[in-house]
Amino acid sequence: MSTKNIEELEREFQAKIDADIKIEPNDWMPEGYRKTLMRQISQHAHSEIVGMLPEGNWITRAPSLKRKAVLLAKVQDEAGHGLYLYSAAETLGLDREKSIDDLHSGKAKYSSIFNYPTLTWADMGTIGWLVDGAAIMNQVPLCRCSYGPYARAMVRVCKEESFHQRQGFEIVSLLANGTAEQKQMAQDSLNRFWWPALMMFGPNDDNSPNSAQSIKWKIKRSSNDELRQQFIDVTVTQAEMVGLTIPDKDLKWNEARGSYDFGTINWEEFNQVIQGNGPCNKERIDARRNAKENGAWVREAANAFAEKRKKKELTH
Amino acid sequence: MEYLTCNNMTTQEAFYSYIVRLGDDSLILGQRLSEWCGHGPVLEEDIALTNISLDLIGQTNNLYELAVLRENQGKNIDQLAFLRLEKEYENLLLVEQPNVDFGYTIVRQFFFDVYRKLVFEALCNSSDERLAGIAEKSLKETKYHLKHSSEWVIRLGDGTEESHRRVQEAVNTLWKFTDELFFQDEVDQNVIELGLGVDNSNFKATWNSHVEHVLTEATLTIPSNSWQHAGGRKGIHTEHFGYLLSEMQYMQRAYPNMEW
Ligand SMILES: [Fe+2]
Ligand SMILES: [Fe+2]
Ligand SMILES: [Fe+2]
Repeated sequence: MSTKNIEELEREFQAKIDADIKIEPNDWMPEGYRKTLMRQISQHAHSEIVGMLPEGNWITRAPSLKRKAVLLAKVQDEAGHGLYLYSAAETLGLDREKSIDDLHSGKAKYSSIFNYPTLTWADMGTIGWLVDGAAIMNQVPLCRCSYGPYARAMVRVCKEESFHQRQGFEIVSLLANGTAEQKQMAQDSLNRFWWPALMMFGPNDDNSPNSAQSIKWKIKRSSNDELRQQFIDVTVTQAEMVGLTIPDKDLKWNEARGSYDFGTINWEEFNQVIQGNGPCNKERIDARRNAKENGAWVREAANAFAEKRKKKELTH
Repeated sequence: MEYLTCNNMTTQEAFYSYIVRLGDDSLILGQRLSEWCGHGPVLEEDIALTNISLDLIGQTNNLYELAVLRENQGKNIDQLAFLRLEKEYENLLLVEQPNVDFGYTIVRQFFFDVYRKLVFEALCNSSDERLAGIAEKSLKETKYHLKHSSEWVIRLGDGTEESHRRVQEAVNTLWKFTDELFFQDEVDQNVIELGLGVDNSNFKATWNSHVEHVLTEATLTIPSNSWQHAGGRKGIHTEHFGYLLSEMQYMQRAYPNMEW
């Protein structure tokens, strides 16, 4: 089979992609495709895991038994998403442990949004509504991603994310229709999370150098700006429904475009957060590194025990 | 049909206290376990501990609902969970002990699971049908919890030198809270008499032999000299408890009378 040269293989590969035939782990793929996907999927996995922390921060303080259970289940779902995504990335040859070490050393990235603090209970609503909401916008197109294992993982993940989004919106609407104090808590939370949520879609298209190739490979199916616009259009309506104000004085319906115009994103803040200077970058990474370090003796014990049992079985 | 029993306590009052105590055990242990969420030693264990916590919160919900249904003392389930004073909670001291590390968490869970399995098995025959139903559902969950905690006690005990040392230390520290599992007072006497609750003195021997069996397989030993502590069932707690409550009750205390 190796008589085919690289150009031929690449041509066949692109033809499969153009014909919407899924690429599977054992199929030939260009090195760039494999690497880009592996980076994208592992970053997504890291985001799920780091994303457990800001919401995990409120589990012990949840205001009712029902909310405590719902929040626990939600954060647990995110751990599950992390697991599927690590598995999907492993089909491309990812070394999970090494990739987690890269996360802890700051080499591997994760979604910038999780570097913002959760200061009030309302943030549990806002995160579900905006952050899971933005995640859905990003991920629904990925259910049609050219790489089979990723596309399938996304189908499962998106179902749960839309459930989270609805639960979050439910919390927000309850607060927005509650006492003055609750409404203020919801508004403050929206004020803090609105702009960081818009940053979740990544840089503007003209500053996103790898996008064109990724779109050609169908591992990205819409541009950052398209997704951001879709998110804004949907979310503004939802905010109006519950009587909250989007903190953007330039936000205005544009009849001609059939979309909302909006203000300028603070890209300097975005870059700082990506580089590790956000309000909670250090706390998030420390928490993950501590979990790993404090758990080392447990993992060693489990391995040692498994070894002992194996030996016992052999001698019996 | 309120009638007095032997100790000036109505049946309803005794049954209420009995169920609330069961619920308190679930709530406080569930709260403790939930502190692990996002910080587990491996992702799979993070998920497993969260699962157990979720089951316990679910049990709390069912038990408090039943308590409120059988004897309305003017509190709904969230007021029971979040708006009592420290001395009004009557959970076992064992369940309020801090997580410390994964070894302590597992030993605490193991002692509790062995006990809880016996309680729920017996409660499946409660003369209160609804309690019997809750017991049946909870028993299924508890069997899974016990399998999980026993396996880990054995793995850690018979793992490495370090894991053995840590988990033995946890056994030594937590052992003093195990007699309290079999505490009885007039609440128990009343519900036992009416077939509503269970006589936990009946299964002390079973608990001991079960625990001993697993600890032996784990190459762990039961501390020989240990003064036993009690007080939880009378509302007298350890110092850890106030901190747990102030965190858990934060929202209900800071924003009274609101829906969330
Ligand atoms: Fe997720
Ligand atoms: Fe996600
Ligand atoms: Fe989610």
